[in-house]
Amino acid sequence: MWKWLHPYAKAETAYNLCYRLLPYFSWLAAITLIAGSIWGLLYAPADYQQGDSFRIIYFHVPTAIWSMGAYTSMAICGMVGIVWQIKNAELAVYAIAPVGAAFTFLALVTGAVWGKPMWGAWWVWDARLTSELILLFLYLGVIALYNSFEDKRTAARAASILAIVGVVNVPIIHYSVEWWNTLHQGASITKFDKPSISPDMLWPLLLNIAGFLFILAAITCLRLANQILINDARRPWVKALVEQSSTEATSLVKGK
Amino acid sequence: MLEVQGLTCFRQNRCLFAELNFVLSDHQICQIEGPNGAGKSTLLRAILGLFRPDEGKIFWAGESTTQQAELFLQQVLFLGHKFAINSDLTPWQNLEFWAVLNPTSNLDFESALAMVGLTGLEHIPCHSLSAGQHRRVALARLWLTNTKLWILDEPFTAIDKNGVDLLQQRFQQHLQNGGMVLITTHQDLSQNFEQLIKLKLGGNISGEM
Amino acid sequence: MNSNLPQAQLSYWIAFKAIFVRELKLAWQKPSQIIQPMVFFLIVVTLFPLGISPAPKTLQMIGPGVIWIAALLAIMLVVDRLFRQDFQEGTIEAWLLSTVPMSLLVAAKLLAAWFISCSVLLLISPVLALLMNVESQVIPALMLSLLIGTPILLFVGAIGNALTVSLNQGGVLLSLLVLPLYIPVLIFATSLIEAASFNMDYSGQLAILVSMLLVSCFFAPVAIAAALKNTVN
Repeated sequence: MWKWLHPYAKAETAYNLCYRLLPYFSWLAAITLIAGSIWGLLYAPADYQQGDSFRIIYFHVPTAIWSMGAYTSMAICGMVGIVWQIKNAELAVYAIAPVGAAFTFLALVTGAVWGKPMWGAWWVWDARLTSELILLFLYLGVIALYNSFEDKRTAARAASILAIVGVVNVPIIHYSVEWWNTLHQGASITKFDKPSISPDMLWPLLLNIAGFLFILAAITCLRLANQILINDARRPWVKALVEQSSTEATSLVKGK
Repeated sequence: MLEVQGLTCFRQNRCLFAELNFVLSDHQICQIEGPNGAGKSTLLRAILGLFRPDEGKIFWAGESTTQQAELFLQQVLFLGHKFAINSDLTPWQNLEFWAVLNPTSNLDFESALAMVGLTGLEHIPCHSLSAGQHRRVALARLWLTNTKLWILDEPFTAIDKNGVDLLQQRFQQHLQNGGMVLITTHQDLSQNFEQLIKLKLGGNISGEM
Repeated sequence: MNSNLPQAQLSYWIAFKAIFVRELKLAWQKPSQIIQPMVFFLIVVTLFPLGISPAPKTLQMIGPGVIWIAALLAIMLVVDRLFRQDFQEGTIEAWLLSTVPMSLLVAAKLLAAWFISCSVLLLISPVLALLMNVESQVIPALMLSLLIGTPILLFVGAIGNALTVSLNQGGVLLSLLVLPLYIPVLIFATSLIEAASFNMDYSGQLAILVSMLLVSCFFAPVAIAAALKNTVN
């Protein structure tokens, strides 16, 4: 059933796949992000309560969504790597981690910027912001663990195990923080979940959500391809690749 | 019979050995030679499943050791650089604990400890023993075990000359009973073994017999 | 699959018992494992009245949270050296090479570690509750929350220790890995105590803590076994 996965277990195949996918993801990301942002920031109507400051949702919501999404996909990669002994899936864990951490950080910053006019403070112990903060810690843990090992294969496996343990905890953390929040703040104003959103505002948001997914995929592909090259730097197929690209470069120079 | 097929191990991007093949049958002792960092310990650990090799398979009695790990492990005795001796427990307690985890071994700790010259020291904590004595506690397992394959990583380190002779006699005995020994050592074996295989690691030699 | 299954199970049980007894013996020889976390627990709690205010009202309010945070840090200390000696001496390798499943051996070790180092925290918690001016009818709830919560912290922390045991990095990395995972336990345990102090029903929090304990019981030994196998690589 999972036989189709096995070719990608080979470093060379995985590398080629990443490099082939990279331009598609990059272009899709560029198009959707530019279109979504221009539409959202310039043409979408202003909110009747919050005015123009609501426009930060075009960045806050996508980064918040994909900060969780990236963690889940990281854990899935780790699981695949451990269960089917696929080294590249474990490497993908570390390829995703910093991107996910950056998304989480962006979600936190945009949340704080949004919170300032809403609540009058940069930081409020709102349930979602608190969960995002803890998620950032989880990402930093994975990154720090990976970087602590000299042997990158051991590092990738350790990071995978941690990601899986973390993903079991993410829903529990989310739920516990929500519980804690309702317990201590009672009926606080939750500006983040609006009951309904007008289609004029929704379309650019969806575009940006797609855009951030593509940029996540693009950066992950690039990082994974590089990581595979670094890890296999002295293997024959990488040497062949280097020779091939250097002969191409010299022939280009000669052609000029 | 232990069979290694196409074993390739990288450590931190450096190829230690590639496409290594060899077979170890009953009554045979295999000495792995090579300079420091040639991958001798890694080879032993890869055979045991403590190190994940990049390529290759290992078979014990025709069965893959990764699929039938239990079948393989209950026939193996391993003594590595770290010898799994807790320094706060006595030699006796250490052997007792080891025997629980290796239920096929016999339980005559007294004579095993006597063989390695630790009579009278059975019941004092290991941290008050010397380095060589510490090592001897671990080596006492060779007189307790009933496993078929012994995998020993530098067993002669910190052992005096008499001890080395004693160990080699024990190897002879084990081989006569149909056992197998896989050993790494810097010095050559001083005794004459009938069926000695030498395996050289290091450089680009792959699988010499 | 295995023809001599009953015999194998018997040897599993013997191995489990042997590890448990070995840990107790070691703790008996080195009682620092028992005493140090306990003293640490006591000292950390003492700091709070000095740092915030000794006013009975304030202490009463922050008491359960302070006791729980102190217990959490004390368990971090326990966890930090859980597998270190066994790893350095090669015992972990020997366990991996035995025919008994690694997760079972790990479970025995964890159970022993809880009895040695965490149960004493539970026992002295009433004294700390008195120091923090916690009402006496809340003390049973506090002890109950520690009884169920500390094993979760120990099991989850042990995963972190198993991942970092070969690194010689000390506690900083470990706390980065483990402390975020402790947050749910902290929230539900303190909320349980708070509910008890208002004479409210706390069976909801209790049920959640118990289910987290069950999940960590089954999941942690497997994760630890995988992490230890990876780390000897």
